[in-house]
Amino acid sequence: MARYDRAITVFSPDGHLFQVEYALEAVRKGNAAVGVRGTDNVVLGVEKKSAAKLQDSRSARKIVSLDDHVALACAGLKADARVLINRARIECQSHRLTVEDPVTVEYITRYIAGLQQKYTQSGGVRPFGLSTLIVGFDPYTGVPSLYQTDPSGTFSAWKANATGRNSNSMREFLEKNYKETSGQETVKLAIRALLEVVESGGKTIEVAVMTKEHGLRQLEEAEIDAIVAEIEAEKVAAEAAKKAPATPKET
Amino acid sequence: MKLDTSGLESAAPVWGAPSELVDGFSAAPSFEVPNTTDFDGFQKEAIQMVKPAKGTTTLAFIFKEGVMVAADSRASMGGYISSQSVKKIIEINPYMLGTMAGGAADCQFWHRNLGIKCRLHELANKRRISVTGASKLLANILYSYRGMGLSVGTMIAGWDETGPGLYYVDSEGGRLKGMRFSVGSGSPYAYGVLDNGYRYDMSVEEAAELARRSIYHATFRDGASGGVASVYYVGPNGWKKLTGDDVGELHYKYYPVMPSTVEQEMVEVAGA
Repeated sequence: MARYDRAITVFSPDGHLFQVEYALEAVRKGNAAVGVRGTDNVVLGVEKKSAAKLQDSRSARKIVSLDDHVALACAGLKADARVLINRARIECQSHRLTVEDPVTVEYITRYIAGLQQKYTQSGGVRPFGLSTLIVGFDPYTGVPSLYQTDPSGTFSAWKANATGRNSNSMREFLEKNYKETSGQETVKLAIRALLEVVESGGKTIEVAVMTKEHGLRQLEEAEIDAIVAEIEAEKVAAEAAKKAPATPKET
Repeated sequence: MKLDTSGLESAAPVWGAPSELVDGFSAAPSFEVPNTTDFDGFQKEAIQMVKPAKGTTTLAFIFKEGVMVAADSRASMGGYISSQSVKKIIEINPYMLGTMAGGAADCQFWHRNLGIKCRLHELANKRRISVTGASKLLANILYSYRGMGLSVGTMIAGWDETGPGLYYVDSEGGRLKGMRFSVGSGSPYAYGVLDNGYRYDMSVEEAAELARRSIYHATFRDGASGGVASVYYVGPNGWKKLTGDDVGELHYKYYPVMPSTVEQEMVEVAGA
């Protein structure tokens, strides 16, 4: 099998790997994605570009499961994502085969990040143009986790994070508004973060919740619409409360 | 006619992704096939020549308090006893033991190799490897060397997050999970005593005594087993060596010499 020798990702004189940085640019142009970790669940949300009328939206799922207890959402080049996801899925099963145990979220994140790094240090290939948000539950301890990887191959754990288009605004919002939540509150927080940068509606966002008992569940459009309506109502109520004059203290 | 060598290909998974990028991991071991008319017959003969008889007795069983592991300490080369003090219980790490039966070098090397892999797993995953995982790693390695003359009949005993674990792994690539195992030429004798005296709820002392007696009885009848009967206990805090008794002394402990009545004393005949 012919091996390519020439490296494409090489250092610049001032220590940058431009191909990796360009890959991060590609990520910044990708659809917005957000992940929030609750005490008993983890939520992933992605922006859905409005589907063409004739397109079967179910075939273009953006939040995928890697195993029963691990799911992934990504921002960037979708074709690269497909390859990475396939390799991760194989690794999940291979791990089950060799040690008779499901992967931990950290293990599969490390594997994906390692794969992304390999492609920044090999001949004849370019880096993967995507950042991933990986969520899941530890098969033993049942603790939920959220991890993020990027094209350079680094990864870290997060309480809540965003990637893709306008990720900075979403992250700022999350930093301001994050608190330990569970159940529906976590879902609301994720959707509120997405709504900062995406036009509202069940048609434009895709949300999935992972719980220990039920695994990954994709929310229906109607459900998302209902929650968005709730959020809007809360916003209106908050605005009204601010505008209303304070009750006078003296009689 | 091209011989079908697919059976010699390894099925063991290579560490790391099966990627087009060559990571430098070598392909599984294989050797050139000799040019004979009857390859299967030749292979059978070759294996028979290389296969030592696994002259030993080792046993392990799970009971209420944990796992009991015991073994003899004799190494024999045919009819010659080469050593009476071989360590047949190998300490893989502080909470896992392996027993040795078959080729001593094979067992020692691959157990040590398994210890390395277990430690690497701990470092990479920040948690101890399970007994299931460790036994599977060893079984996969042995399977990839199947047919090449390795002789290993081992039991992996340990205590992990799911409690006590016991697996039998051999060089044919077999791997069995179980509550009681005995491996070696003395194992039929050991099984007789072990199966007869086994109860799940024994105390540590009772279980140790059962293990010791089983090894003793095996050494009594099997010529390839002898030396010292070592007994180890694996509990929630790891393994601990309990006793190591010479089986010769154990014999007189179990069957003390009774003075027998003399019916007729011999009398010296006076010289003519």
